[in-house]
Amino acid sequence: MITAPPIVEKPKNYLNVQSTLKSWLLTYDHKRIGILYLIAVTFFFAVGGFFAAMIRLELATPAGDLVESNVYNKLFTMHGIVMVFLFLIPSIPAVLGNFLLPLMIGAKDVAFPRLNLLSWYVYMTGGLFITYVLLTGGVDTGWTFYTPFSTSYSNGYVIAAGLGIFIAGFSSILTGLNFIVTIHRMRAPGLTWFRLPLFVWAHYATSMIQVLGTPVIAVTLFLLVLERGFHIGFFDPAYGGDPVLFQHLFWFYSHPAVYIMILPSMGVVTEIVSTFSSKKPYGYTFIAFSSIAIAVFGFLVWGHHLFVASQSVYAGMVFSILSYIVAIPSAIKVFNWTATMYKGSVRVTTPMLYAFGFIGLFTVGGLTGLFLSSMGMDVHLTDTYFVVAHFHYVMVGGAIMGFLGGIHYWWPKMTGKMYPDGWSKISAIIVFLGFNLTFFPQFLLGYMGMPRRYHVYPAEFQVLNVLSSAGASILALGYLIPFIYLFWSLKYGEDAGPNPWGSPGLEWQTSSPPPPDNFEVTPVVTEEAYTYKKQEVVQVG
Amino acid sequence: MASHSLALQHHFEDAEQQKDASTIGMWVFLLTEIMFFGGLFLAYFVYRQEYPAAFASASNKTNLLIGAFNTTVLICSSLTMALAVRCAALGKKNLLVLFLILTLLLGGAFLGVKAYEYHDKYVHHEIPGAHFDCEGCIDAGHTPLFFALYFGMTGLHASHMLIGFVLLVILIVRAQKGAFGPEYHTPVELFGLYWHFVDIVWIFLFPLLYLIDRSGVPK
Repeated sequence: MITAPPIVEKPKNYLNVQSTLKSWLLTYDHKRIGILYLIAVTFFFAVGGFFAAMIRLELATPAGDLVESNVYNKLFTMHGIVMVFLFLIPSIPAVLGNFLLPLMIGAKDVAFPRLNLLSWYVYMTGGLFITYVLLTGGVDTGWTFYTPFSTSYSNGYVIAAGLGIFIAGFSSILTGLNFIVTIHRMRAPGLTWFRLPLFVWAHYATSMIQVLGTPVIAVTLFLLVLERGFHIGFFDPAYGGDPVLFQHLFWFYSHPAVYIMILPSMGVVTEIVSTFSSKKPYGYTFIAFSSIAIAVFGFLVWGHHLFVASQSVYAGMVFSILSYIVAIPSAIKVFNWTATMYKGSVRVTTPMLYAFGFIGLFTVGGLTGLFLSSMGMDVHLTDTYFVVAHFHYVMVGGAIMGFLGGIHYWWPKMTGKMYPDGWSKISAIIVFLGFNLTFFPQFLLGYMGMPRRYHVYPAEFQVLNVLSSAGASILALGYLIPFIYLFWSLKYGEDAGPNPWGSPGLEWQTSSPPPPDNFEVTPVVTEEAYTYKKQEVVQVG
Repeated sequence: MASHSLALQHHFEDAEQQKDASTIGMWVFLLTEIMFFGGLFLAYFVYRQEYPAAFASASNKTNLLIGAFNTTVLICSSLTMALAVRCAALGKKNLLVLFLILTLLLGGAFLGVKAYEYHDKYVHHEIPGAHFDCEGCIDAGHTPLFFALYFGMTGLHASHMLIGFVLLVILIVRAQKGAFGPEYHTPVELFGLYWHFVDIVWIFLFPLLYLIDRSGVPK
């Protein structure tokens, strides 16, 4: 352990500098706003998890004995809406990105602190709309809101849900805008672009997608609301419109949105792998530019969601090839993480366990994506559980693993406390096992032809479904344990000290928790990121 | 932060960094706006490509004279806005306030004319819905699409004008109090960018909605 230098008088940090509720709700401090977001996304994660639990409970038997079909439709719709728009999209950027970006670039705050606070309130307003939908009876369109079902036939609260997502989208735009300007203009003296931590590069790429993609879903939902609410039609053939146009507009955002979820997670994993291998990430520039490449190509692949939706075969071929191309920068990252660990002094800590999990699960999720982006295969697999398993491997196995890894990695910085090592490792392993037991059987189910979004299924699928439901309960346990010990650590955890992991990152050079202005004096950067010095390599735990 | 001037927020090193940050922020915001309107423009191009005859005959229902008048009004308001930015940079407070008020009046005139046009459409049953009736139109089944896009696009544009209207009032009050001078007038400059952007959107909307097939034989 690094022994902390003797402190004469404990200086105030961002947590105890003020303690009233008002000081939290009106704060401009990016660290406090990150904490506000953490509380909010954790709440919505629990809500979305509840719906997932109900879905798995219903699917434990082939008959529809827990809920009726219309209730089941609402369950998977609300699960999707809450998890995608209220948890996955804001999770890493708005929590960890908010907290860490200014620290990593040696700034006092993000470029627009007031906009940052506004984005949280906008997000909460969107969340309130969706909570209203939940409490008054839900919506049954699927999170994709396909027309004309959503605009002319659905009995759910489509308008309120659409407005909620519309509003929450603006918080995402504000966060992305803030990050872009912050990275461009707030870097500490000497911190050139190629000295930036790769976490920052990943967030830069994410922000590009947020800024360019989110307005498109916003205008699409605006048109949806006009059509449903005022019969000013754009998509329903009854008004002369074309429902496939809706699908194009929807996926123009919603496919890149997948990269909003996974890119920040990749940034987290890069930091973790480097720190716990005590090695500079292998191929820094390749990792940096692969983030940008994923963001750019991510915008050109939406058509692979429309292979069976009257899109021309020629267009399908182009989208298929472009979808394959996204695999290249993704694979570069996976190769570079493993190459970073190769001959590094690897320490198996809790964050590292999550990073291992991420690399394995993301690889499975990514490779099964290639099955789906080949047109012939997709005709067989489309709208089956294979698709469900694929995107859960990327979003849960990828994005949430990265989120949990990041929370465990930076928890000592955010709170100044260490969590219990044994429990955290056990829960990381439970999450990994529970996850695979939940979702691997779904690949098999989908391959055998079980369609998604049905609450009854033929009896021959029951064994695999029971395995999946059992896995879900293990996974839930794996999520519950960190929730308990992280709370516990706030009061009883050991003091972490400024740099418990021995990382050269700028965020670890200030005290934990950081002071309100992040650094006592603005740091001057004189070397590349990830310059490990011998004495910084220490064993923890 | 005693050493900082009032206009400088404490997390910036100096005024130049603050101004740079705000300017980049505004440009990125305008980028999001382009994408926002982009969805509607895409829908327009798809449907006009599919149903050219319906679009041409429905477009002839719009009032060319009023549309052209409003275009002129809006371009003039862009001129007064540009002059306002210049006056702010030169520190001419009274002229700044005058040009901002002129911009406000021209913007108001545009919105007033737009409201008249909407009313006219309402009277003639040209709002899509149960009472829609496009008298004498070709391919009448697809003409509601044109008017849906007309109201969607001009409505979104008008709502941007309304937001600009509110921001202008705030700017005028601040300018009157002497908040802007050669040293610091970023808000005026950035609002100018926003206002010109909203104008440019209209420059595209006008030909797309009002000027289709005007040269042909009257139908």
